[in-house]
Amino acid sequence: MATSSIVATESTGGTARGGGPATGSPRRRGRLWPRQLLITIALLVMIYPLIWMVRLSFLPESAIAGSGLLPSGTWTTENYTEGWNALSIDFTTFFLNSAIVAGLALVGNLLACSLSAYVLARLKFAMRPVYFGVVIATLLIPIHVLLIPQYLLFSYVGALNTFIPLVLPKFLATDAFFVFLMIQFVRGIPRELDQAAFVDGAGYFRIYWSIILPLMRPALATTAIFTVIWTWNDFLGPLIYLTRTDLYTVPVALNALLSTDTGFGTGRLLAMSVLSLLPLVIFFFVAQKQILEGISSSGIK
Amino acid sequence: MLSPWLLGAIGITAGPLIASLVLSLTDYSILGSTEYVGLANYRAVFEDPKFFTSMGVTLTYVCLAVPLQLALALGLALLLEKGIRCLGVYRAGFYLPSLLGASVAIALLWRQVFKSDGLVNAFLSIFGMPGRNWIYDPDTSLLTLVVLQVWTFGSPMIIFFAGLKEIPKNLVEAAIVDGAGYFRRLRSIVLPLLTPMIFFNVVLQTVGAFQSFNQAYIISGGTGGPVDSTLFYTLYVYIVGFVEYRMGYASALAWVLVVFIGALTAVQFIMSRKWVHYGDQ
Repeated sequence: MATSSIVATESTGGTARGGGPATGSPRRRGRLWPRQLLITIALLVMIYPLIWMVRLSFLPESAIAGSGLLPSGTWTTENYTEGWNALSIDFTTFFLNSAIVAGLALVGNLLACSLSAYVLARLKFAMRPVYFGVVIATLLIPIHVLLIPQYLLFSYVGALNTFIPLVLPKFLATDAFFVFLMIQFVRGIPRELDQAAFVDGAGYFRIYWSIILPLMRPALATTAIFTVIWTWNDFLGPLIYLTRTDLYTVPVALNALLSTDTGFGTGRLLAMSVLSLLPLVIFFFVAQKQILEGISSSGIK
Repeated sequence: MLSPWLLGAIGITAGPLIASLVLSLTDYSILGSTEYVGLANYRAVFEDPKFFTSMGVTLTYVCLAVPLQLALALGLALLLEKGIRCLGVYRAGFYLPSLLGASVAIALLWRQVFKSDGLVNAFLSIFGMPGRNWIYDPDTSLLTLVVLQVWTFGSPMIIFFAGLKEIPKNLVEAAIVDGAGYFRRLRSIVLPLLTPMIFFNVVLQTVGAFQSFNQAYIISGGTGGPVDSTLFYTLYVYIVGFVEYRMGYASALAWVLVVFIGALTAVQFIMSRKWVHYGDQ
């Protein structure tokens, strides 16, 4: 799966190879222009739907239909205020629910995956290769096979309409991808460090907590970021497990808004969509470097 | 200390995996009694027209979206790699759709973009081309989902970009000295050295695209319509299991998917020996 051999080297500015550096001779700089233009147009085309969505979300509902390529009209926030209250419960609850689920998933994944990775990478015990094989196998199983039995299991123990089915698996290190990522990372930490601590009388847990965990920061950061993004975007899980409106996460609430709103509340729908993306966009700009490095070095999407 | 993971592996993964296999041999449906039916579900799968429809839809989607997405990712990685101003802005901008792409909000945006009075038709009308209702037309509805998948080419682009930076400079410089032009260098040095990365992206994106769900669910309102034209396999499994409550049959469908993806990945790995070059060989 992940090829951790792809070492990410952060690049800012115009280092280049073959074509010469961007700040090279005038002739070379001249040659850069067509490419720069091409790539700028490509970026604008890519991003334009997002800009268009934001603009539409501030248009009065009557002006949205047929607004065309460059929507114009009065700016209004009525879509936001109406959308926020369009369901029987307002969006404050849905955002809180999403935040709680994402927060708990984050803590769960960080603790459980790192602990499992430490044990599987460092400790010697009889079944270790088997367990490692299981981690790899879990990587390859589509969640769709597990969905029904997991649903029945959680339904049997009475955990439907709670956040338990969404959060508990994270505390049990079921996101094999992160376990694998961390195993690869722990293997790169010099063993002498644990051995020295062991000689000093530290136990396994102490070694994990005081030595391995702090050194794993880059792997933890990658895990944290993608856990938050994936949990925030998760739709299928909440769709299946949460049927009570007061427990909806944002994506399920958007879906509910869609089914109550067909034909009318396009503006409301878009306004709430913009708000649901906003935390991700802010998060991206804050953690941009970490995210792009995480992808380069681990191949996570 | 391994107990959380062990509990997870057994309770949340292995247990349900076995349970799923067992369920697929029954007619379990939450309501009513459950009987062991042997391989009847699997036989039913291959007599189910919707199975073939949804498999066809999914395969069409994967075969269109993945190559297009990766070609775009590679093309832009190559453009960026040659050194342009404000690299960071472009890298971040191109990646942004990948970050958001799987969310319900973007699927809702897509409905709007491809509506009869949406962005795409407004754009086409500039060139005097007639618009159409892309999403409600069974001929084009799947295409809108392909475009959405292609739009998220940013993450493979970042991986390609990282791969390009690993290509030894001296090889490229030697080729320049030998008088090789840009496309010659691309064909003889850059692309061969990049094949492990291309292969990695192909496998990753194929498996990912096979499991797409959110976009098709939202765009079709959970039905896979119009006329089953966006009935992704995963959406069909969901409908059978959680709308029709035929959970035994849904489990069988899910296992067919697992075997299918497994076989496809295996074929990709076998074929990779023919075209993927690893530097250390």
